[in-house]
Amino acid sequence: MNSTELIEKSILVVCLFGLSLLVAAYSTYFERKVAAWMQDRVGPDRAGPFGILQPLADGGKFFFKEDFIPEKADKWLFIMGPGIAMFTALMTGAVIPWGPDYVSETGTFAMQVADVNIGILYIIGFLSIGIYGIMIGGWASNNKYSLFGAIRASSQMISYELAMGISIITIVMMTGSLSLRDIVNSQHGMNWNIFYQPLCFLIFFICSLAEMNRAPFDLPECESELIGGYHTEYGSMKLGFFLFAEYTNLFISSGIIVVLFFGGYNFPGIDHFTGLTLTILGTAAFFLKILFFIFVIMWIRWTLPRFRFDQLMHLGWKTLIPLSLINLLITGFAMAFNEGWF
Amino acid sequence: MESLTNRSKVVSDKKMTLAEKIYLPAILAGMKITLSHVFKKNNTVKYPEEQREFAPVYRGMHVLKRDEQGRENCTACGLCAVACPAEAITMIAAERKKGEEGLYREEKYAAKYEINMIRCIFCGLCEEACPKEAIFLTDQLVPSSFEREDFIFGKDKLVESLEHRVDITKRQHTGKRTEK
Repeated sequence: MNSTELIEKSILVVCLFGLSLLVAAYSTYFERKVAAWMQDRVGPDRAGPFGILQPLADGGKFFFKEDFIPEKADKWLFIMGPGIAMFTALMTGAVIPWGPDYVSETGTFAMQVADVNIGILYIIGFLSIGIYGIMIGGWASNNKYSLFGAIRASSQMISYELAMGISIITIVMMTGSLSLRDIVNSQHGMNWNIFYQPLCFLIFFICSLAEMNRAPFDLPECESELIGGYHTEYGSMKLGFFLFAEYTNLFISSGIIVVLFFGGYNFPGIDHFTGLTLTILGTAAFFLKILFFIFVIMWIRWTLPRFRFDQLMHLGWKTLIPLSLINLLITGFAMAFNEGWF
Repeated sequence: MESLTNRSKVVSDKKMTLAEKIYLPAILAGMKITLSHVFKKNNTVKYPEEQREFAPVYRGMHVLKRDEQGRENCTACGLCAVACPAEAITMIAAERKKGEEGLYREEKYAAKYEINMIRCIFCGLCEEACPKEAIFLTDQLVPSSFEREDFIFGKDKLVESLEHRVDITKRQHTGKRTEK
């Protein structure tokens, strides 16, 4: 890696880091606004015009709160929990192609930090590590509610990872590549995977809701039974990190849904543009789609009540996994048929 | 058994149809409802900037009235303090000196008169107990504050000023007191 490339990538990493934090911060604001709209309210509107400084006020307040560690807690694990959650949430953004390459006379500038050829495996890996943040945090708190929340979170995430993995395999089979860039490029123009794999999308979408611990699968932090779930004992910026990690996951997961099923940065009429316009338009299209999915996920949260735990397990093991397997089989047969095996 | 309302539904445990089993139609219907609320007018009243309209007999912040000549009506008899179920009212009585006839209507007056607005439950019993038509509840709200001390209202805040007399005619026609 030469020095210009290093500088390019560093700039991209810093931008991506800032952007993830910004989007996560404004997701909290947006979530409260969406909730308010759906309940015929106004929502936060006091900090700045239309309340747009609300995330800053929230963040500032987190910093001024007492940074409390319970006496009986395992101190180092207690500190590590939110750190891991935040770290894994931010790491997944590295392999997502945020826009088409900028090709000019001087060279090519990729809108992707690392085009790993096993990108999707990398993401699944980090999603799985993400559970450690919650698990360690819940365990180290030395609180029964926290532990219950952590156990729920881990069993839920393990259960839904299976169906999620199988639905990703379907997409990988269709594309023939694990690289996210290849997956996006194979959906050129309007040739999006959603039109070929609607069931697969549905399964993936439900599973990613469960992976993110979002409603209607937000059992790990269900207030009515577990106070705050795994972050019951947390306060100050450590709690802030957990919440931030959750919203960063929301952003990244929307990104992955768009990449896998909605053509990433592809948009209809993409062939008419080249160079910088293409990069800008593509990135804009990608972010618009991400924002749309963030809205849809919030929309679902403010519509549906929470699942019961047995219903959740039932749905995961007895419905989604068989469905995704059947979908995988059908896709396999269809591909074999296309290749002329029969 | 005869039902009291026509809203009761008979519970049935019939087998769910496929559409009901996969939940999705119901979920989409629910999402349609929540989305329709996004475009509805909200009911929020942004309080400090806007105020909702109150009923004419609304019981808000108290006022200590003066008579037509600007003399304080209150004689510090203490009936309001006795009537107060929240024990929010305290007062200290004093005798009117010579030359103060323009300030106080009768020989005795309240040197100190305090209402703790956090204790007060705005029931209006003080108003009913008052034989001198001195205390009334108005349609104004008690202003908010960050300090508890700020909610102990003395005579400086309660007695109406000579320039801005408080209209309490609406409270006088509630039918509770005999009109004079």
